[in-house]
Amino acid sequence: MSPLGLYVPGTSPMHRAPAGLKLAAMVAGGVGSVFLDHLWQVPVALAVVVALYAIAGLSWRVVVGQVRPLLWIGLATGVFHLLVNGWERAVVVVGVLAVLLLLAALVTLTTRTTDLVDAVVRACRPLKVLHVDPERVGLVIALGIRCVPVVIGLAEGVRDAQRARGLTASPRAFAVPLIVRSLRHADALGEALSARGLDD
Amino acid sequence: MIEASGVTHRYGDHPGARTVLADVDVRLDEQRIGIVGANGSGKSTFARMLNGLVLPTAGRVSVDGLDTRREGREVRRRVGFCFTDPDAQIVMPTVAEDVAFGLRRRGLSKDDVRARVEAALAAYGLAGHADHPAHLLSGGQKQLLALASVLVTEPTLLVMDEPTTLLDLRNAQMIGRAVAELPQQVVLVTHHLELLDGFDRVLVFDEGRLVEDDVPRSAVTSYQRLMA
Repeated sequence: MSPLGLYVPGTSPMHRAPAGLKLAAMVAGGVGSVFLDHLWQVPVALAVVVALYAIAGLSWRVVVGQVRPLLWIGLATGVFHLLVNGWERAVVVVGVLAVLLLLAALVTLTTRTTDLVDAVVRACRPLKVLHVDPERVGLVIALGIRCVPVVIGLAEGVRDAQRARGLTASPRAFAVPLIVRSLRHADALGEALSARGLDD
Repeated sequence: MIEASGVTHRYGDHPGARTVLADVDVRLDEQRIGIVGANGSGKSTFARMLNGLVLPTAGRVSVDGLDTRREGREVRRRVGFCFTDPDAQIVMPTVAEDVAFGLRRRGLSKDDVRARVEAALAAYGLAGHADHPAHLLSGGQKQLLALASVLVTEPTLLVMDEPTTLLDLRNAQMIGRAVAELPQQVVLVTHHLELLDGFDRVLVFDEGRLVEDDVPRSAVTSYQRLMA
């Protein structure tokens, strides 16, 4: 199972579809989600996305793995809307968030990062006139995807260290070392990119 | 060939700035060069200078006649660098993609890139892991991946900064065997002294100074005496 939105090899139509098309569809889905306003539309959108996962040959466990990180943010957002706008709005907002997360994860689950980077680099080429380096934009995307398991690993390390020292769960005791380790990793990664000539 | 002349490096330019390297003069043209020294002795700083990652505050470092200060880009094309922590140098999520990443911007066709990646993965026992997430590899496999990702670009010199420090003995030996078979000139910074067997020359650094420069047996003995 890939709980992290990382590429799962396969030969499904979703895997074979061009990366640019999938990215464009994801953007269109994001824009279209603005128009999801009625309660009945949420289960329909969810059903469509889950059907796409089935076409991609991805299991239920993968689907659940993608939305799990949304739990706390979804809960907080849902409670806020429940109190301010009522339960229907809360369901619509949280449902749309889940749809968007699943759509984005579906793209990364079925597309090699190299293909995503190539598509982003192609799409960004017109921005060269504004002195934007398309390769650098692609690199940022690749690093973003690569850093998901790294940060999860660092977080697990911090949690293990806390447990080993018998510390109770404390947001500050968790966040500070995680941020420090993440920054150290970013430094080391930057040095490695320089060593590989990627900032020349 | 590597040349360092009058190389000094300080972190910061205030009066109390720590000097991490002082007046290093050395010319290295052997195939296998080891560097040893205590933590903070300046050996990693010196290694980083060979790739232009660190520029000396005084003096000059050149590789194959190219100045690391003025011709850094060309130096980095010739000098591959392996770090201690393989996790910090793996850029792409999957194994094959990471090896292919260094070949971007080199004007190679997709078929050429694929062929080079397959050859590199096969050479380091990673052929069966091409589509695997890099973060799920063992420590030794990650270091081999880092090595493959560097070597696929065909550098003429490989600098390795303590590549076995985070590895167990078996994985360290695996890296040692891989390094032994490389056709490139290799500069290896290490605390695993047994990896230096068969090397041509070993430099010993202490408190920023090059204090010994000899064949491995003599240099390692001096180092051990220094640390006693």
